Amino acid sequence: MLKMFKRVLCLATVFALLSTVSFASESVVFKGSTTVLPIIQEAVEAYMKANPNVRMSVSGGGSSEGIKGIIDSTTDIGMASRAIKKKESDLAKSKGVNPVEHVIAFDAIIPVVHPKNKVANLTIDQLSQIYQGNITNWKEVGGNDLKIVVISRDSSSGTFETWDHFVMKKTKVAQRAQMLASNGAVVTAVAKNRYSIAYIGIGYLNKNVKALSVNGVKGTAEAALSKEYPLARELYVYTNGEPKGETAKFIAFLKSKEGQKIVGKVGYVPMISLK
Amino acid sequence: MNRKTKEIFIKYIFFVFALVAIIVLAMIVFSLFREGLPIFRQVSVKDFLFGMEWYPTYDPPYFGIFPLIVGSFIVTIMATLIAVPLGVLAAIYISEIAPRVIKEILKSVIELLAGLPSVVLGFFGMVVIAPILQNVFDLPTGLNIVNASMILALMAIPTISSISEDALYAVPQEFKEASYALGATKFETIAKVILPAALSGVTTAVMLGMARAIGETMVVLMVAGGAAAIPESIFDSVRPMTASIAAEMGETPYRSLHYHALFATGMVLFFLTLTFNLIADHVSNKFKQTGSATL
Repeated sequence: MLKMFKRVLCLATVFALLSTVSFASESVVFKGSTTVLPIIQEAVEAYMKANPNVRMSVSGGGSSEGIKGIIDSTTDIGMASRAIKKKESDLAKSKGVNPVEHVIAFDAIIPVVHPKNKVANLTIDQLSQIYQGNITNWKEVGGNDLKIVVISRDSSSGTFETWDHFVMKKTKVAQRAQMLASNGAVVTAVAKNRYSIAYIGIGYLNKNVKALSVNGVKGTAEAALSKEYPLARELYVYTNGEPKGETAKFIAFLKSKEGQKIVGKVGYVPMISLK
Repeated sequence: MNRKTKEIFIKYIFFVFALVAIIVLAMIVFSLFREGLPIFRQVSVKDFLFGMEWYPTYDPPYFGIFPLIVGSFIVTIMATLIAVPLGVLAAIYISEIAPRVIKEILKSVIELLAGLPSVVLGFFGMVVIAPILQNVFDLPTGLNIVNASMILALMAIPTISSISEDALYAVPQEFKEASYALGATKFETIAKVILPAALSGVTTAVMLGMARAIGETMVVLMVAGGAAAIPESIFDSVRPMTASIAAEMGETPYRSLHYHALFATGMVLFFLTLTFNLIADHVSNKFKQTGSATL
């Protein structure tokens, strides 16, 4: 029994070694925000199909991890859903690292309700109060006398992260809130429920749900790009210095029409018109 | 190679195959504990199991899984309440009452039910059952305990029914003959002789059905609503442990506290299903029908 266990262990070690060796050939390491992750994952798949000899490894960890990876040079491309902080760029300078920022997409979150709901606009503060569980009836925000059913995304998702950043601002979502696992599930739930409110990435909007404007601004791709719409932000990747080699080619791919198509496909706002 | 060495050789080959399952299980349990236990360096066992707040990504995070445990239990118990009468009665009908043709049809249909992928059932619950529940009872949401329990019951029925049926079938013929000879009706024979004689098998079936329900993930992820709060009514949303693990594991950073907390939740689930299986095993051994003498 013990002998067999040892053998299994040996085999595992060999495999582990083999995989590190193969990673050591030309490779690009990505790390960072889970909001940016879906874009990069899709883009990497497409890119590797076209360039099969390039090795790319992608992992999450959050924006801070991505920027940290750039600062300590363990990452080639750091993904971030926020700009680098003063503290971080100071730390980078002290280590002789020069983080360069590349905007690759926009992220816009749209609050949605059932199409029969007559509420058309909410302020960020109202949204926050609804999600904290302090406003519980639609009549308090100008709607019919109906209970509000709060639908949220799972707290580990990138969409939730954006919502938390703009609306909740670190206050807690009420425990009673339903937590659904995907944008698609949220749309289905809202389309079937006239009590509900939820939020989704702009790419998932369809006619089965009604988009609310926020602080009087309609959530459109144009309003997101001009930053007029309050629940929109830029998504970044960072590199150490101006990118070179495969890294530069990949970032160029991200910004190309093909790359921006992927951005739209995974539910974010492309930076260029695709028509 | 002579016959004897061949025999020994074959014996060891089979031994290795038998061992594979055990080794794999041991490795899974080992990694479950290795990844789950570190959470208890930060959070006490009591705060973890009985904490009322599950806010794993906040700062500071809260890792109280009590609402998740309650969620798992309540959907399992409700599903059992629905599935046991249906499953056991169906088994009695199939094994004792139904004519041969109907029996064959029913058996294969129930087996077909067991073969339905859970994601299909979950989708059915989400787009068909949820709006019906919502309209009929005028509820704020159709993604709730009742919906999840009904779908889980649908999944537990094949397990309960087919194992119960085997148990009923195994009741010796002479029991029935003796009962009829004493002038008992068919109903009396079923209720007072066959069912008691098959009780251990039926109980095992129920426990295995419950284990199936508590471990089911996709259905509860899709139709239980996912609210991590103690429910106040059977029409509230809950977030069972399996749903929480499935929804959050993909996006939690490797070896973060949250990651360890999810593995620890997996440990709790492991102990629960282990308990169910041990009870089932104990019951089926203790009340085993070994002959007419024990009745």
